[in-house]
Amino acid sequence: MLKIEVLGSGCANCQKLEKNAREAVALAGVEAEVSKVTDYAEIAARGVMTTPGLVIDGEVKSAGRIPSPGDIAEWLVASQ
Amino acid sequence: MNTLTLRRSDLPFWPTAALAVIAWLVAWFAAWPVSQWVAFDLLGLEPGSSFGEAVAFFCYDVPKVLLLLLGIVTIVSYLRSYVPPEKVRAALAGRGIVIGTASAAAFGVVTPFCSCSAVPLFIGFLQAGIPVGVTLAFLISSPLVNEVALVLLFGLFGPQIAVLYLVAGLSVAIIGGLILGRFPLERWIEPWVLAARDAGGQPEIVVAGPSTEERLREAWDSTRDLVRRVWPWVVIGIGVGAFIHGFVPTDTIVSIGGADNPFAVPIVVILAAPLYAGAAGVIPIVETLLDKGLPLGTVLAFMMATVAISLPEFVILRRVARIPLLLIFLAVVVMGILMVGFLFNALGL
Repeated sequence: MLKIEVLGSGCANCQKLEKNAREAVALAGVEAEVSKVTDYAEIAARGVMTTPGLVIDGEVKSAGRIPSPGDIAEWLVASQ
Repeated sequence: MNTLTLRRSDLPFWPTAALAVIAWLVAWFAAWPVSQWVAFDLLGLEPGSSFGEAVAFFCYDVPKVLLLLLGIVTIVSYLRSYVPPEKVRAALAGRGIVIGTASAAAFGVVTPFCSCSAVPLFIGFLQAGIPVGVTLAFLISSPLVNEVALVLLFGLFGPQIAVLYLVAGLSVAIIGGLILGRFPLERWIEPWVLAARDAGGQPEIVVAGPSTEERLREAWDSTRDLVRRVWPWVVIGIGVGAFIHGFVPTDTIVSIGGADNPFAVPIVVILAAPLYAGAAGVIPIVETLLDKGLPLGTVLAFMMATVAISLPEFVILRRVARIPLLLIFLAVVVMGILMVGFLFNALGL
């Protein structure tokens, strides 16, 4: 079970990233749980300065951009 | 794994990109003749009449501005993806105040950054030991020297005005940052932010850089989103511009906003502050005002006040800083814009 976290305050970009992450889970056919981190102190503690950030199993995969579902799916498969 | 190969069957990237460039060029060169044809042949309006000229202006400007936005903002977004704030922070840490402030202002222009990132960015800068004044210089120049405004000015008026705008915006950010740095700013930072900073040990995250193709794709996606968001403002802006272009006599505008009227600059700044339409909607109005003989200082002050003074950004910054800091920040930005207006008018540029 992979743990995917979307870091961001809830702006349009963060919602889009969350949607891409969910699509990626379906694409990759892995078991994963998608959650959101909206607390700024928590986001800063992860070292992410530009939202949205994407974290898979505690590892920051991207920050300040919206990777495509395909890219995220590849990370998911690689992290398994 | 075969589901992963699905996305590879998308349109091939490079041929699609080449076609898009060709389509852009065709549309760009067709805009002028088509607008003339629509206004004077299709609608049968009289060339030279107020209404005819307003319609022709509108039909030419809407595709022109939208094409400029689509084309140049895609390229700018692509280039900017190479200068993420994480890199900027490393470059700014440990610099002297003056060099730090100047570089922060310069990075504010090129770094991709949406206002919803303002809070984590602010904390991230402080965590790296960057002073509050330097951080604020970045936060001033980032919206003030708006990349959309810059490319539109360049495309519509040529390099001279674009460069003047860039220099004026940078000066406001640098001088503003230096002045702000003289205040005891940390007193007005919310305690949890300082706690987050002092918790320290922020992980230096290393994120694999995306490929050229991914960067271009994302640049195009974000530009498309931007244009989808701003096009109504562009059309409204051009509509207002077309109206002024066709119907408002030049004398009226110059007598109200001309260089002789010392109140013109403060008045346009006050008018512009609540107008958070964004640069894309303001530029067509700016185009007409300049065309009608309003001095450059007044027009630049109007434009900068529209893009830089935004209530949403202050609401976001209020989460990390108390009201006194926000008020000083606002006062410094407004004074900077006024100075740009008066200076450019005095120089008669």
